[in-house]
Amino acid sequence: MTALDASSRRNRATRLAERDAKKPFRGFWDRHRFLILRRLVQTGVFALFLSGPLIGVKIAEGTIASSMTFGVLPLTDPLILLQSFAAGHRPEGLAILGGLIVAAFYGLVSGRAYCAWVCPIDPVTDLAHWTREKLGLKAKGFQPRPQTRLYVLVMILVVSFATGTIAWELVNPITHAFRAVVFGATSGLVFVAAVFLFDLFVARRGWCSHLCPVGAFYGLLGSRAYLRVSAAGRAGCDHCMDCYAVCPEPQVISPALEGAAKGLSPVILDRDCTTCGRCIDVCSTSVFRFTHRLDTSETPAPAATRSNSTGDTP
Amino acid sequence: MSPKTTPPEGLVSPERRKALETAARTVVGVGVAGVLVGAHQRSAEAMPAEAIRPPGAIGDERRFLSACVRCGLCVSACPWHTLKLADAGETVVAGTPYFVARKVPCEMCDDIPCVKACPTGALDHSLVDIGKAKMGTAVLVDEEHCLNFLGLRCDVCYRDCPVIDKAITLELESNPRTRKHAIFRPTVHSEFCTGCGKCEKSCVLEEAAIKVLPVRLARGAPGAHYRLGWEEYRKHQGPLVEGIEDLPDRAPGDVTPPSGVPDAPPIIDPTKKGGWKP
Ligand code: SF4
Ligand code: SF4
Ligand code: SF4
Repeated sequence: MTALDASSRRNRATRLAERDAKKPFRGFWDRHRFLILRRLVQTGVFALFLSGPLIGVKIAEGTIASSMTFGVLPLTDPLILLQSFAAGHRPEGLAILGGLIVAAFYGLVSGRAYCAWVCPIDPVTDLAHWTREKLGLKAKGFQPRPQTRLYVLVMILVVSFATGTIAWELVNPITHAFRAVVFGATSGLVFVAAVFLFDLFVARRGWCSHLCPVGAFYGLLGSRAYLRVSAAGRAGCDHCMDCYAVCPEPQVISPALEGAAKGLSPVILDRDCTTCGRCIDVCSTSVFRFTHRLDTSETPAPAATRSNSTGDTP
Repeated sequence: MSPKTTPPEGLVSPERRKALETAARTVVGVGVAGVLVGAHQRSAEAMPAEAIRPPGAIGDERRFLSACVRCGLCVSACPWHTLKLADAGETVVAGTPYFVARKVPCEMCDDIPCVKACPTGALDHSLVDIGKAKMGTAVLVDEEHCLNFLGLRCDVCYRDCPVIDKAITLELESNPRTRKHAIFRPTVHSEFCTGCGKCEKSCVLEEAAIKVLPVRLARGAPGAHYRLGWEEYRKHQGPLVEGIEDLPDRAPGDVTPPSGVPDAPPIIDPTKKGGWKP
């Protein structure tokens, strides 16, 4: 590192520290609320399945592959159904109905909300990422292109077709995790551990953001979904890069955050956005917010913060 | 020669070449992964003989694996905790339901909750009478150790069978060892056996002498062209082919067997089939 680099870095650090000192105070809740909500929802999904054995009230039965809630609401993973189709089986009405309900929900609300809010592997890969940062593992490691997951998605359908069985279920860490928790099939956790180690030592954000075909599928499903994050306050962005650092799919941010000059919408429309809301949490100038895809409204740069930075507004 | 068709440095620009290379690498990498998954899948398909699928399960293992989404709804529906979801690393494909009769057999619930719970049809919903289930077929595999075959009156498998007197009967024969007692031979009739495994579970031996096996292992099958002469004779009210000469039968000593097999009086009395009652 050259001396210039070091000094410019220090300058930036001091600048940011100065800026932060002047910003309105954001408490722990403000900085973590979507993270906490997501962890609650993810735990809640497990709790629905465990309520039977734990408190004797059966809420949901089965696993995330296919379930029955309160004996009336069937839910089935549409990707597993698709593989079943590819393998040559014509599933019965209940499974198809369940698949349609799930597909409609994610298709309308947000495809990859599945990843950020429901999938049990999300906390695992988040933990791997966190550990990676703590260990100071700087190198990104093996970084396949984000589109690789689409190839994997096609691959599992082809293998299902060729072998006549639901291929991805052999590997799928998501359903292995569920079967381990709900049915005690704990050996399946080796697949979860493998994903953790892969993300920790082999590839930064390797699994969920590059390889997982389930995420790819839900992303495609939600290409036109309504719930979106918008960089509505992008005028107030001070380029601290916190959002890029926290986002599992940072490539989705730039068009919205930096697209004002090119006339691009502030809404993050990329299907790979997981709507995890972490950018909203971490942004100290409150650039981001949840909204729907058609809401391209923007908030002007917060004048207060600007004038604050000059030092002496009462 | 038009410059369009032959750029001097080859057809692809360096950027395009790089993109193609990346794409090719991805395709090959993912393809190799796919072949591995596929090969692993195939190798996992051979079920061990002790693993019995739930009632109504699609008989062909490959087809079952294309249908079952490994959700475990059947497992949670089973009030007897008979069914298990296979764990990774077991010889049964991970996540699919099965039971081991010697551990917990199927209690043959009248309302078949496991089948009702299955959303995919991997357990066939057309099975409404549990008596018609074909989870497997019981086979008395060890006549050398079966207590009844030794001349004792154990009868436990017979008495525990939910389809007693139809799926298992006790067939009487004389005991060649004592020459004056009977052997009550437990005999399975595949037509009525559901493969529930109660008999295997109840066998008093250290290792059961009667075992439920998957139908494909338990049963033989004649060639499709094979016909039983006496049944065809009955169906056609006469021989299928006219003018067959009935050659004299040969028998030792002075026994004269009835000649002309089809119309001969039956040697075994059909009214006595499975006839002996305790
Ligand atoms: S990408 Fe896959 S494993 Fe990762 S959070 Fe999404 S669904 Fe779960
Ligand atoms: S019939 Fe009853 S005991 Fe047998 S597997 Fe189904 S639910 Fe369990
Ligand atoms: S309920 Fe059906 S699809 Fe689900 S695990 Fe059982 S057999 Fe498989």
